[in-house]
Amino acid sequence: MSAAEAKGGVVGTRKLRREDPELLVGQAKFGDDLAIPGALYMVLVRSPFAHAKIQSIESEAALGVPGVVGVYTAADLAGEWAGPMPCAWPVTPDMKNPPHYPLAAEFARYAGDGVAAVVATSKMAAVDAAALVSVEYEELTPVLDLEEAASDATVIYQDFGTNTSFVWTLEPDPDGVRQAFDQAAVVVTEHYVHPRLIPAAMEPRTIAAVPSPMGDEYTVYSSTQIPHILRVMLALTAGISETKLRVVAPSVGGAFGSKLDVYAEELLCLALARKLRQPVRFTEERGESTMATVHGRGQVQQIELAADQNGKVLAVRANILADMGAYLQLVTPGVPLLGAFLYHGLYDIPHYSFTCTGVFTNKTPTDAYRGAGRPEATFAIERGMDTLADKLGIDPAEIRRRNFIAADKFPYSSAAGLSFDSGNYGPNLEKALELAGYSSLREKQAQRIAAGDNHLLGVGISCYVEMCGLAPSRVLGALSYGAGGWEAATVRVLPTAKVQVVTGTAPHGQGHETSWSMIVADRLGVPPEDIEVLHSDTAISPLGMDSYGSRSLSVGGSALFLAADKVVEKARKIAAHQLEVAEEDLDFVGGSFKVKGSPEREMPLAGIAFEAFTAHNLPDGLEPNLEASVTWDPPNFTFPFGTHIAVVDVDQETGDVDLLRYIAVDDCGNQINPMIVEGQIHGGIAQGVAQALFEEAVYDTSGTLVTASLADYLVPSAAELPSFELANTVTPSPTNPLGVKGIGEAGAIGSAPAVINAIVDALSHLGVTDCPMPATPERVWKLLQQAKAH
Amino acid sequence: MRVEMKVNGVTRSAEVEDRTLLVHFIRDVLGLTGTNVGCDTSSCGACTVLVNGESVKSCTVLAAQVSGEEVTTIEGLAEPDGTLHPLQRAFQDNHALQCGYCTPGMVMASLSLINEHPNLDEKAVREGLEGNLCRCTGYHNIVKAVLAAQGEMGAKL
Repeated sequence: MSAAEAKGGVVGTRKLRREDPELLVGQAKFGDDLAIPGALYMVLVRSPFAHAKIQSIESEAALGVPGVVGVYTAADLAGEWAGPMPCAWPVTPDMKNPPHYPLAAEFARYAGDGVAAVVATSKMAAVDAAALVSVEYEELTPVLDLEEAASDATVIYQDFGTNTSFVWTLEPDPDGVRQAFDQAAVVVTEHYVHPRLIPAAMEPRTIAAVPSPMGDEYTVYSSTQIPHILRVMLALTAGISETKLRVVAPSVGGAFGSKLDVYAEELLCLALARKLRQPVRFTEERGESTMATVHGRGQVQQIELAADQNGKVLAVRANILADMGAYLQLVTPGVPLLGAFLYHGLYDIPHYSFTCTGVFTNKTPTDAYRGAGRPEATFAIERGMDTLADKLGIDPAEIRRRNFIAADKFPYSSAAGLSFDSGNYGPNLEKALELAGYSSLREKQAQRIAAGDNHLLGVGISCYVEMCGLAPSRVLGALSYGAGGWEAATVRVLPTAKVQVVTGTAPHGQGHETSWSMIVADRLGVPPEDIEVLHSDTAISPLGMDSYGSRSLSVGGSALFLAADKVVEKARKIAAHQLEVAEEDLDFVGGSFKVKGSPEREMPLAGIAFEAFTAHNLPDGLEPNLEASVTWDPPNFTFPFGTHIAVVDVDQETGDVDLLRYIAVDDCGNQINPMIVEGQIHGGIAQGVAQALFEEAVYDTSGTLVTASLADYLVPSAAELPSFELANTVTPSPTNPLGVKGIGEAGAIGSAPAVINAIVDALSHLGVTDCPMPATPERVWKLLQQAKAH
Repeated sequence: MRVEMKVNGVTRSAEVEDRTLLVHFIRDVLGLTGTNVGCDTSSCGACTVLVNGESVKSCTVLAAQVSGEEVTTIEGLAEPDGTLHPLQRAFQDNHALQCGYCTPGMVMASLSLINEHPNLDEKAVREGLEGNLCRCTGYHNIVKAVLAAQGEMGAKL
C-alpha cells in the first residue's frame, strides 16, 4: 500500500486506467469506426508538385465513375468560406500570412496541397475517380532549403517580395549581451539543424460532418485534440453560427500536436455536407498523412555562449531560422516562441538575446509537435554546454553544476523575462548520475579507448527545464496569441450520489478519465468508480481550451480540483443547516460531514446530494442541486525539469549507434498517477531518441517528400529501443492547487540532446565535435572517416 | 466474388469486390472495427489479426485469399462475459497502451509471438514485435506486458 492509499486517498497511486478495457477488446470508437448511415466519402486530389501554377482541372472522366456525386475545385467552393483558414498566432504586427483556403486555387504551394475534392457514395469509388481527375500544372521553381529560402533567391509569394514571414526578437538587454561577449574568456558559437519531423500518430486523421435532420445544424466528428477551438474556427471560417455546430472528438489515436490544428479536410467535409445535405466523411491514407498533416521542428540554429574561464556562462545569444512550410497553420509561427525564452536552459545566465526568423518554403506546413519549440531550445543549450565543457576541459556534469540556477533563487526571474515557479536542479542531476553509475561509465569508456576497441562508449547528459501548463491568458495576449489559456470544469453530484465531471480537456491517450476521477474522488471522498468523466464533445462540455502544451493536468486538473472544493463548500452549507450547527463546526472526512466533538452526528455527501435534489430543506437563498463550475486561468506557466542520460555504443566500422541505456530523472512536481506519468515519459523519450537517431522528412530536389510512407520514414520499433531507467524528484509547483507541473512533452524535450551528446562524447577523443540529426550509420561513419583523416 | 471464412468462431460470408483486402472485409463488411488501419505499406501492424492462429497483417492479404480459413480478431479474445484474455489483462496491468490505436494489432502480434516461441526474453519480444509500431508507449510497457503474460499463459498452453 502506498502512502497515499494509507491516507485513504487514490491520488499518487498507480491506479489502472479505466480507458483500457474498451480499447483492449476493440470496442472503442475511433473516427473511422463510426457507423454513419448515408455518408458520402471525400478523397482529395493533391498536387504532386511542390510549387506549380494550376492551369486546368478536368473532371469529366471522374464524374463518370459510378457512385461519384461530384468533383469540387476551389472555384466551385469559393462561396462557402467566410474567411481563409485560420492562423491564430500573428506573432508580429507585420507578419506575412498568405491567404490559405481549403483547396488551392491558382497555385499549389507544396506537394500534397489539395486541388480538388471528389465525393462519392463509397471510398473506393472516390479513390478511383480521384485518379481520373486530370490537373494540368505549370511547374514553378520550388523553394526547399531553409537558408536558401531566407536569402530570397526565389520568392514564393510574389506579393510579399520575400520569403520571410516575420522576425521576432527578444532582447531585453542588448548592451549587457554585447559587453558579456566582449569580455568573455571563452565564446562558443555553434550551428545546429533540426530536421523536419513527421508526427506520425498511429491513427491518421479522420473527419465526418453530419447535418442534422432537423435543419441547419451540424455535428463534426474529428480526430482532433482541440474540439473546442475547432468549433470556434469552423464557425468563423465556414460562416456557420457557433450555436449550430457541435464538435466531437471520438477516441483519438494519438496526436502529439499534429491534431492541434484546423485542417482543410475538416472545412471541406463541413462545407460539402452543408452543400449536399448529406454526411461527408474523410479518412487520410498514411501516404497522404505524411504530406497533408503538419510537420514538426525544421529549424536552423545559431547559439553563442559567452563564458568565463571556469565555465560560468555570462550570456547566451540565439538566432534561429524556423521553417513555416508553405502556409501558416493554426499556431505555426508561435511554435518557435514557445522555446524563445528557454535558450538559457536551467542555468543562471544574466544576459539573453533571441531572434527568430520565420521563413516560407514549398513544403508541408509545420506546426506544433511534441515539445513545440522547447526541444529545439533545449537541444541548442545542452549541445552548447557540452561544447563549452569540452573547450574548457571540464566534465559535462560539472559544467552544469556550476551554472544551475540555485535552489534558493526560486521563484527565479530569468533574463528572458520569465518567472520560474520552482526548481531544485542539483539533486536531480546527482540522482541521475548515481543511477547511471557515471564514474564507472567513464572508466569503461577510457578502457575501451585504451584497448583500441572498435566499439566506443559514449555518455550524454541533458538537463532540461521547460515551460508548460499553457497558459496565463494575459501572457498569451502579450505574445499576440488569439485565445486565452484557461480551462473549465464542472463537478455535479447527481441525486444517486454518482458524480459527473465535465472537463474542457480533450485526451487522446493520456488517460484523463482515470486521473481526473482520482482527483475528484479524493476531494469528494467518493470512490473513483462512482465518477464519470465527460469530455471531447462540445454539446456536453461547451467550454474548454483542449489538450496540448502539457496543460491538461496543471490547468484542467486545477479547475477540476477547485470545482470539487466548491461542491464541498455548498454541501457544507446544507449539512450545517440540516444538522443545525455552524459551518465551521463541521469536519469533512471520508466523504461525510461530521460535527466536531460529536462525530456520530454526520451527513454523508450522498445524503446531501439527495437533499440538494429534492430541495425540501435547504438554507434560505441556496440554489437546489449539488453542482459547481470553475474556469481557472493559471497565474503562471509551470516549469518541469529533469536530467536525461544516454549511454551509446558506436561501432567504428559501420557507424552504427546502439542506444545501450537510457536514464531519465524527471521532476513534474506532484504526481496524480505515477504509472501514467512514467508512460508519458517513455513515449516522449522514444520520440526524442527517434529524432536523434532515425527520423527525418526527406525531400528530393524537386520537392517531393521521399519519406512519405512508414516504410521510408523510420518510426522506431521495439527492436530499436532499450527499456528505460526512470526515477524522479518532486518539487511541487506553487502556482496551482495540485502542485503539479506537466509531463506530456518532457521526455521529448530532454532526450534528443542526451543522445547526440552521447555520440559526440564517444567520438570526441578523435576530434569529433558535433553530429547531425538523425545520426544515421552513414553520417556517423563519415564523421569518423573525416576525423581519422585529420 | 463470394468469400466465406470463420471469424472469431462464427462463419461469415459475403459478396465482395475481388480487390477487397481482408482488413476492409473485417471492418467494413463485418463491422468489426477493432482492427485498425495505420498505414498503406504493411509497415505499422495496426491491422494484425490471426489467420489459423498465425499473425497476419490483414492489409497485406485479399479477403479472397483467406476464404475458407479461420480468422481471429481482437474482438475474439475476451470471454463472452467480458473477462479479458490474460494478454489483454497484462496490457492493462502494465499500462502497455495509451491512445490504444496500435493495441489490437499489438495484442494479436504478441499472442502469436507467445504461442510460437516459448521462453521469450526481452530481446526476443522486441525483435518479435518489430513489425508493429506504437507511437505512445516507447514500447517499454508493451515489452513488460508481453513478458508478464507469457508467464501467466504458460500454465494455460
